[in-house]
Amino acid sequence: MSDADAVISRLGSLAALLRAQGSRVGVGELLDAHRALDAIDCASREDSRLALRTVLCSGRVDLQRFDAAFLAVFGDGTVGADDRADPLQELGAVTRAALPRAAIPGSATQPRAANELTAIPAAWSDVELLRHKDFAQYSEAEMALARELIARLARRGPTRVSRRTRPVRRRRGHTPDLRRVLRASLRTGGEPFHRHWRAPTRRQRPVVLVCDVSGSMTPYARMLLQYLHASVAARRRVEAFAFGTRLTRITNELGGRDHDRALERAAEAVADFSGGTRIGAALAELNRMHGRRVGRGAVVVVLSDGWDRGDPELLETEMARLRRSAHRLVWLNPLAAHPDFEPLTRGMRAAVPHTDELLAGNSLASLEELACILEEI
Amino acid sequence: MDAASEALAAQSYLADRALALAVHLAVVLEQPLLLEGEAGVGKTEVARALAAATEARLIRLQCHEGIDLHHAVYDWDYARQLLALRAAEAGVEKDVEAELFSRRFLLRRPLLEALECQDPVVLLIDEIDRADDEFEAFLLEFLSDFAVTIPELGTVTARHRPVVILTSNRTRELHDALKRRCLYHWIDYPTPERERAIVHARIPGVPEEIAGRVVAAVGRLREHGDLYKLPGVGETLVWAQALLALGEEGDLDQTLGAALKVHEDVLRVRERKVLEGV
Repeated sequence: MSDADAVISRLGSLAALLRAQGSRVGVGELLDAHRALDAIDCASREDSRLALRTVLCSGRVDLQRFDAAFLAVFGDGTVGADDRADPLQELGAVTRAALPRAAIPGSATQPRAANELTAIPAAWSDVELLRHKDFAQYSEAEMALARELIARLARRGPTRVSRRTRPVRRRRGHTPDLRRVLRASLRTGGEPFHRHWRAPTRRQRPVVLVCDVSGSMTPYARMLLQYLHASVAARRRVEAFAFGTRLTRITNELGGRDHDRALERAAEAVADFSGGTRIGAALAELNRMHGRRVGRGAVVVVLSDGWDRGDPELLETEMARLRRSAHRLVWLNPLAAHPDFEPLTRGMRAAVPHTDELLAGNSLASLEELACILEEI
Repeated sequence: MDAASEALAAQSYLADRALALAVHLAVVLEQPLLLEGEAGVGKTEVARALAAATEARLIRLQCHEGIDLHHAVYDWDYARQLLALRAAEAGVEKDVEAELFSRRFLLRRPLLEALECQDPVVLLIDEIDRADDEFEAFLLEFLSDFAVTIPELGTVTARHRPVVILTSNRTRELHDALKRRCLYHWIDYPTPERERAIVHARIPGVPEEIAGRVVAAVGRLREHGDLYKLPGVGETLVWAQALLALGEEGDLDQTLGAALKVHEDVLRVRERKVLEGV
C-alpha cells in the first residue's frame, strides 16, 4: 500500500473521531478532504495535516479536536501508521453505534474477499434494545445514545386549532376569502365567479412539564430532565418545572442548545435535588404562582413516582384544581412500568382520580407513548 | 416628573413614584412603555389617565389570539369593492378600477389610525401576550419605524410619534427583542395608604370607614398567600362600591364575591376566618 493510500484509508476514522467530539464533518467535508489530499503531496505528513485541518475544521473549537484526532489516527509520525489499531475500536460499542456513518464508497477500503463477509449489526438495533430498557439501568454511553431519540420525541406535541386562517384550495365550507374572491373577480369583469376559501391553521398547544427530582426519582430524573430540555428546545410555549419539597421554574435554565450546560444550570437552580418530596405543596405553588401559564389550554405532564411525604389531602385538592384549569393532565410514573403496579402509595391514590392519563415514563418506549398521546390531544 | 404624577392624579390615577417616572420617561424619550403586573392593578388605566392628562386621543388595540395585520393595521372593504365593481358594470359608476384600492375602500384599524391621526395620540396595545409570536415580530418593526407599508397605497409614516403603552398579563414570556425596545415597569399592589386614597379618588363620597375596612380586608386576603387568585385594585373598588350600595346592611362576608372569584378561595377564607375582626 502506498503512503497516499494509507492516508486515505484512515480518513473515515478521522472523520468519525471528529464527529464523536461534536464537530460537523459530513460527506461533503470528507469529499473535500479527498480532493484536498489529491491536490497536495500527501506523502508529506505536515502538508496533509494542514490540508485536512483547513478542510475539516469550521471553527476555533474544532482545531483542538482535530489535532487530537489526527494524532490518534495517524500517530505522532514515529511509528508506521499502518501498525496502529483502528482508534474507533477504543470508543466502545454503544458510542460507535451512535455515531452517524459517512464514507466514500469504494475509494478507501480494500474490497473484502467474499469469505470474509460477516453479519454486522446495524446501529439501529442497539437503539431498538435501548427502547425498552429502564432509564435507571442506563450507562453513560447509553444516555448519550438516547439523547438524539429523546430530542426527536420531544418535537412531537399537542396542537390545537388556531384562530388564524390561511388560504386553502378546493375546500369549501370555511370562511370565504374575500380578498382573493375580489382579485379573481377582476378577471371576470367584476363578477365574483371563482370562489376562494380560508381555513383555520393549527398551532402548538402550550405544554407544562413538572418533573419530580426528589431522592426516590434520582435514577430517572436525569433522563426525564433530558426530555424536559429537549422539549424546551424543540417547541414553543413549553414551561418546565422541577420539584422536591419546593417548586422551581427551570424553563430559562433549560433554554439554549448546549445540552450539558443547560442541565447543569437547571441542577444549580433546583435547591432540593435528591431531597424529600411534597408533591401537594409543589402543585399548590404551581396553581398559585404560575396559574396563568397553566391555564389557557395547556397540557400538564407531571413526572413523578408519587412517593409523597406531604399532606395527601392537599395533593388531592391541588390535583383537582390543576385538572380543572389545565386542558389535559397526564401523569408519568416510572413505577407504573412494573406489571403488578397499582397506585397504592398515598400520593398516587390521591392523584390518580384526577389524571386523564397514567403512563410509565421509565423508558424510551414509554416516552414514545407519551408523544403519541400528546399528538392526539 | 412630579408634573407627571400630578397630571395622572388629576385624572384620579394615583401612581407611585416609580410608575410616574416610567410614564414620564416614555413621554420624554418617545419610547414604548411595557407594563406588567397582576390582574387588576390598573395597567390599562395608566393609558387612559395619560391620554386624558395630555389631552391626547386614546387609541386602543386589544390583542387577541390570531390577531393579524388585517385586524391591527388595515383591511380592504371587500364587500363594498365588489358592489362598486357591479355598479361600474351597470354603468352607474365610472373609473372604478382606478380607485378600487384607494382610501375610499380602506378600512383603518387602530395602528394605522394612530399613525394618521392629526392630534397627539396615546396608543394602548393591550394584553400583548395574547397575540402570537408572528404578530409580536410585526409589532417590533412597527415600534421602531412607526411606519407601515400598504402595497397598494405606499408607506404611511407617523405624523407625531405616538406615546405607546403595552400591557402584558404574563401568560407567556414576551420576546427579548420586543422587551429591549421598551421601557419596562412592573406595577405592584399599592400600599394600604395609597389604596385608600385610590378608593377615595375613584369613588367620590365613600365614607372613610368603608374605604378603610375594604382596604384592610383586601390586604389580609393578599397576605394570606394561600389563594388561587388574589384581589386586585379593581376588586377593591367594586367591593367598596358594593358596601356603599348596601349601606347599613353591608357586610364584608356577604359581599366576598366582589373580591374572590374562585369557589375554593371563598370557602378557605370563610373556614379560616381570615377576615375576622376587620
